[in-house]
Formats: sequence, C-alpha cells, structure tokens
Amino acid sequence: MSSEQEQESIRCLVAKVGLDGHDRGAHVIARAFRDAGFEVIYSGLHKAPEEIVQAAVQEDVDVLGISILSGAHDTLVPKIMDGLEEYGAKDDTLVLVGGVIPDEDRDELMDEGVSAVFGPGTSIEETIEFVRENAPER
Amino acid sequence: MNADDEALLEDLLAGEHRALARVISKIENRSPGYRDLVSALYAHTGDADVVGITGSPGAGKSTLVDKLAETYRDRGETVGVIAIDPSSPFTGGAVLGDRIRMASTVGDMDVFVRSMSARGTLGGLSTATADAVKAMDAFGKDKIIIETVGAGQNEIDIVRTADTVAVLVPPGSGDDIQTLKAGILEIADVFVVNKADRDGADRTVQELQEMIHLGDGGGLSGSGGGGHHSQEVIDAHDDWDGETEDADEESGWKPPIVETVATKGTGVETFIDELAAHRTYLVDSGTHAQQVRQRYAEEIRTLLREDVHGMLEDELEAAGGIDDLADDVRRGETDPYSIATELLEPIEACVGELEVDRERDD
Repeated sequence: MSSEQEQESIRCLVAKVGLDGHDRGAHVIARAFRDAGFEVIYSGLHKAPEEIVQAAVQEDVDVLGISILSGAHDTLVPKIMDGLEEYGAKDDTLVLVGGVIPDEDRDELMDEGVSAVFGPGTSIEETIEFVRENAPER
Repeated sequence: MNADDEALLEDLLAGEHRALARVISKIENRSPGYRDLVSALYAHTGDADVVGITGSPGAGKSTLVDKLAETYRDRGETVGVIAIDPSSPFTGGAVLGDRIRMASTVGDMDVFVRSMSARGTLGGLSTATADAVKAMDAFGKDKIIIETVGAGQNEIDIVRTADTVAVLVPPGSGDDIQTLKAGILEIADVFVVNKADRDGADRTVQELQEMIHLGDGGGLSGSGGGGHHSQEVIDAHDDWDGETEDADEESGWKPPIVETVATKGTGVETFIDELAAHRTYLVDSGTHAQQVRQRYAEEIRTLLREDVHGMLEDELEAAGGIDDLADDVRRGETDPYSIATELLEPIEACVGELEVDRERDD
C-alpha cells in the first residue's frame, strides 16, 4: 500500500566496555553518527559484555561500535561476540572496534567476526562511509 | 502476512527477545507488511498496564523509570520500557541516552528497554510508540513504561497511549502562574515532585496542591488539574466527537502528589502504590473501558487518515506532482483551494457511486 513508506534509519550502539574510563572518543563518534543521520544509543561507561549484548539485542541495532582503550579487547570482544551469537544476532550486526588495538591483534578480532578495526588517526568520514556501505540489509 | 513474519510473530509470542526487538524495528521502519503484523498482535494484547512518564528535560524521568522497573521486578512483574528521545530536525539523526540511566536492572532480560527516536514527531512520542506498546503487551510484559521526550508545556500525546500518566515537576519550575496554564499539567493522573531533597520542593508541592484544589472546588469542571479529564484534553485537541461521560464527575480522580528522590529510590514505593490506585480507579469507575474505546477510535482514525493520505499522494502524482501544481499557484494561474477541489473530485465521485454517505475523513 502506498502509505507504507519505509522510514528506515541506521541504528548504532556505541559501547564502552570494561574498566576503561576514556569516553571522549565515544562521545565524538556518537555525535558524528548523529549528524550523519544515524540513531545512536550510547551505552555509558564501564559496561560488562553481557550488558552490551543485552542492549544490542533489545535495541535491535544494525551496528555495534565498541570502543576500547584499555588493552582488554582480547578477552572482552570475544565475550560480546559469543553473547550476540547466543541471541542469534551475530550474523546481522555489523561489529566495529575502535581504540588502541595493536596491529598483531587485528586478525584475531576479525576472525571473531569483527568487520573493521579503526585505530587512532582514522577519519570520522571514513568510519561513517564504512557504516553506510556495510550496514546490514534487513 | 508472509512466512517470515508468521515465524517472527510465533517467536515473539513464545517469548524470544530478539523477535520482539525485530518486530519493534519493523514497526518503526514501517517495513512492508508491518500492518498485518500489528493487526495480528492485537488478539494477544490487553493485559499490560501502560504507564506514561513525562516531564521537562533533566527532571529525572529516566532515573525514576529505572527505579520503577527495579521495584516492579522485585515484586515479580515483568517490565517493558520505551524511552523516546528527540531526533534532529536537520539530519534525522539522534542520540538516545535514556538507557544509560537504566542501570539498576541491567543483566535482567525481563526488563526490555527500547530506545526510540521521535523521528520528527512533535507530541512527545513517536508514531510507532503505540504499536510498539502492542508488541510488548503481546509479548507478555506485565507493566509497560513509556518515557516521553523531555516535555515542555504542550507535549501531551502520551494521554492517547498510556492508561496512567505521571508528570514530573522538579522543584523551581516557576511560580504559581505556571500552574494556571493549560497543557501538560492538565494530563497528570499522578504528580511527581522529583528531586524532593532540593530547596523549593515544599513550595512546588504546595503550588500543585493549590492548582488541584482550584480545579476541584471552583466549579471549573473540565479544566484545571483533574486526571480524569484526560479525555477532554484529547477532545479539545482533536476533532472527534466521542461522547464524554460525566457520570464519575462526583467521585472523580484527584491526582495525588508524590515526592521522590529518584537517585536514591526514595518515594518510589509510594509512587507505585498511587499508580496502582489509579489503575483500580480506572477499572472500578468504568473510565478504563471508555479510555480504551476512545483510544481505538483514535487509532482507527489515524490509520484511515494515513490511507486516505496515501491515496491522495497517488492522485497528486497522477496530476503532475505537487511541485508543478505549486508552481502554477506561484505564477498566479490558480490557487490551492481550486487544486484541492479538482484533485478530490474523482475520489468524491467514487464515494458517491458507492452510495456511502459518510463524510470524508480528512
């Protein structure tokens, strides 16, 4: 019917996980995503992986951006990916990791199902462009 | 309904969180087939209490909702929360930050929190809110809490969707003239003076009390601060002519004032008791049946408006598109009224042929 115009908007969860109190980057990303026309849910600081999973599932986000600057990505990201899998949300959620991730850890994160890792110096435009191009079609 | 949607509905009714999340997305996006889905949900609804929480930005709505959800959970009830934040008028984007305050129940999947962008709607809710409530109701939530966009004076759409509306008034919200004004203070079934440990809370309580008494004693029925006047508020703001029964005018509901400190959880038990008391009042006085009937009437009207609007859009396209027509007006060749009449003619003719003697809805 003609009145059923689709009004889809890209929904993103910007998540801070673990004992990491540095949220300036997450705020900048949240604001930039908003200005790009996305709907951004910000998790707040110090969230456990289960909390991130709960939020991602309930909010039915297209994109999950995890910001980690603590170095604990090896343990935290896999927990989140397992949680998403448990709820059947892993395959159609675009998972991005941002922060200080050593080059040698990237492959491992990608193997876990992360779609991209954005390190220091990544431009905001690049990130937004990546989301626009890769946000899952549902 | 296609097979995918059938499966989705089945999963939702079976209590799968992801299915509920997905259905709400479909509703929000108005994905193809969402209407059939919502229409199938109706058979499973009607059991949940729907509570609306509104108030100015920073009044403490999210924090109070968090404590409310926690207390309901302690009492063994399942909770759904829909929290709405504004969207950008320029980009359509939004930052939805209510969830951050809702930390007390984290890890408990029986509290389902869903953040929504208003997507340009101005009344404090989004168009999808009412349907999302239906989805949560069908899912089996006992209590559904809707948190509106931070409201000013006139965002009162919440009365159309919630059974009970709580209006948060933080201390220092202006003098007693503010309480004379029409709008948001009229829709409260329960007043909450949050941040009650701050200076000026007593005074705010007192001003609200005076306002309620003024609406109560001075023969000003239908105005002032009576919660059971909610439907009249809707009447005043809309064009439907549903009758308003004044049978319960004598024993009517007088909105109580609850003092809370949401950050500490003070007063939340009392608040819940007052919400329950209002619920009991609604059911016992028969107001609830009336409320529900009018709500459905409004929903039917909204749907019809949307459909007719869709038909007219098609008609506009056929007539060369709105831009060309507008340009004709600009050049002084015609005027908007003539164009509207011309476009409506075929539709009116069809209606006439069907011998349906109803007036146009729009």
